[in-house]
Amino acid sequence: MNEPNSNEKYVIELQNISRQFGTQEVLRDISFGVRRGETLVVIGESGCGKSVTMKLIMNLLQPSHGDISWNGRLIADRSTRELHRDRLRIGYLFQGAALFDSLSVYENVAFGLKQNTKLKKAEIDQIVVERLREVGLSESISQKKPAQLSGGMKKRVGLARALAMTPEVMLYDEPTTGLDPVMTDVINELILQTRASRPVTSIVVTHDMSTVKKVADRIIMLYPLTRLNPGESQIVFEGTAEEAFQSSSPRVHQFVYGEAGDRIREMAESA
Amino acid sequence: MSSVPTSYPRDTIIHGLGRGVINTVCLMGDLFLFGWEMVGWMITRLPPRSNLWSCMYHIGIQSIPVILITGGFIGMVLAVQSYDQFKLMHMENQIGAVIAISLVEELGPVLAAIMLAGRVGTSMSAELGTMRVTEQIDALRALGADPVHYLVVPRFLSCCLLIPLLTVVADAIGILGGWFFSTQILGVDSFYYWHYSKNFVFAYDVLGGIFKSFFFGAAISLISCHRGFHCGAGAEGVGKAATEAFVYSFIVIMFLDFMLGVTIVNFYHFMQSVYPGVVR
Repeated sequence: MNEPNSNEKYVIELQNISRQFGTQEVLRDISFGVRRGETLVVIGESGCGKSVTMKLIMNLLQPSHGDISWNGRLIADRSTRELHRDRLRIGYLFQGAALFDSLSVYENVAFGLKQNTKLKKAEIDQIVVERLREVGLSESISQKKPAQLSGGMKKRVGLARALAMTPEVMLYDEPTTGLDPVMTDVINELILQTRASRPVTSIVVTHDMSTVKKVADRIIMLYPLTRLNPGESQIVFEGTAEEAFQSSSPRVHQFVYGEAGDRIREMAESA
Repeated sequence: MSSVPTSYPRDTIIHGLGRGVINTVCLMGDLFLFGWEMVGWMITRLPPRSNLWSCMYHIGIQSIPVILITGGFIGMVLAVQSYDQFKLMHMENQIGAVIAISLVEELGPVLAAIMLAGRVGTSMSAELGTMRVTEQIDALRALGADPVHYLVVPRFLSCCLLIPLLTVVADAIGILGGWFFSTQILGVDSFYYWHYSKNFVFAYDVLGGIFKSFFFGAAISLISCHRGFHCGAGAEGVGKAATEAFVYSFIVIMFLDFMLGVTIVNFYHFMQSVYPGVVR
């Protein structure tokens, strides 16, 4: 189920990826691909390796085993310069937005442009204003520091910063975590709007089912290795949102409907 | 950073000792690689000027009050402690010599470095540690900036350039503090204080102290940034990184002080034997 079809052109492709931290194995032999223009949503319980997968895709972490390709070419085959250049084609919205505390909103959004382009200040100013407007923020907040912003505003500034470099691929790491239902829907709408306004391929990591319903073209579900039997695939579901909600698999059903089941007893026993 | 497992089926004192040695070697190797990467960036591309000025302001200008207080009190304490001993030998007028030589050769550089390891080093490791915990260091990479180039190089350059300057300030204020206490409270003649201070302190002593402080600055910045970059998760991780930055910096300052002290003295004797009377 989780083997990508080698005939299809994937923008991002993971092949037999495993990742360990010390003696703890977080990902084991996972493979999947994302097609151009597609929005893939990765769901799963906390600690199942969703965010690690995103960092592996962005090459912020390296896999213990396996290969990752961007546009059909292995990351490992790229030189440092190529890696640096190609990584700029991927935008990353971090879980906590990861805005630079010491810089203003303007400086945060302009950061990538100043670091990697030779654009004039006026051109950078224009891009920053456009991106802020695109995520529903006015120019008036551009001189504020991240500490002066609400959680939702931080996420939107983080999105504006990721979009400033006009990425081909957008990675969203739990974009709606910690937000109220209205702001959650605002972020979901922004994800859809981003996809509608530019030819962008998206990977969204979330455990928020409202986000899944709204933005997903396809879903994969990861399961924590600690709860899997040896030899079982870590990707326990692959399909559309509708298929996930109708799935007969107890693991998928439990997650999508948010049922505790025997989990409290199991946790008490393992403790 | 690689480390060895924390427990074994039969954990004896030998296991613990071995584990400690291996962890220390790993830590030193990792620190060396970190420093090597930083030097690579320093040679190929200097950091943005605005970033450098901001670090210099934080490390240099904002440390001046701490350095003034430290230097002033060291000078006065030296005057208090040495006055009685000198008076027994009827040499109290020569107190300026011992204050000045102690300050410029040893106490000024070492105590200024320790104060700065506390003020600047812990602040740097806590700041970088927080950036790591909140994924800001990952965000730098994602936006095409190298964190070592963007964050470590400006801090290293600022410490190497400004800690020697702050040491000169500490030396000067210490000598002034000693002068104030000796002449205004202990009744030493101001003329003799300056006369003996001037005649016992040579350029080689002052330069030796500044030379040492350059290495102290390099060690403080490198250790503190390294600890910040390898900070554990959460508030506890940040606190631990800041503590480790100070403790490791303190140990390295003491070690460097001894090694550089021996080197400076031997170099002085060597130069005296080759060019008698030239080096002073």
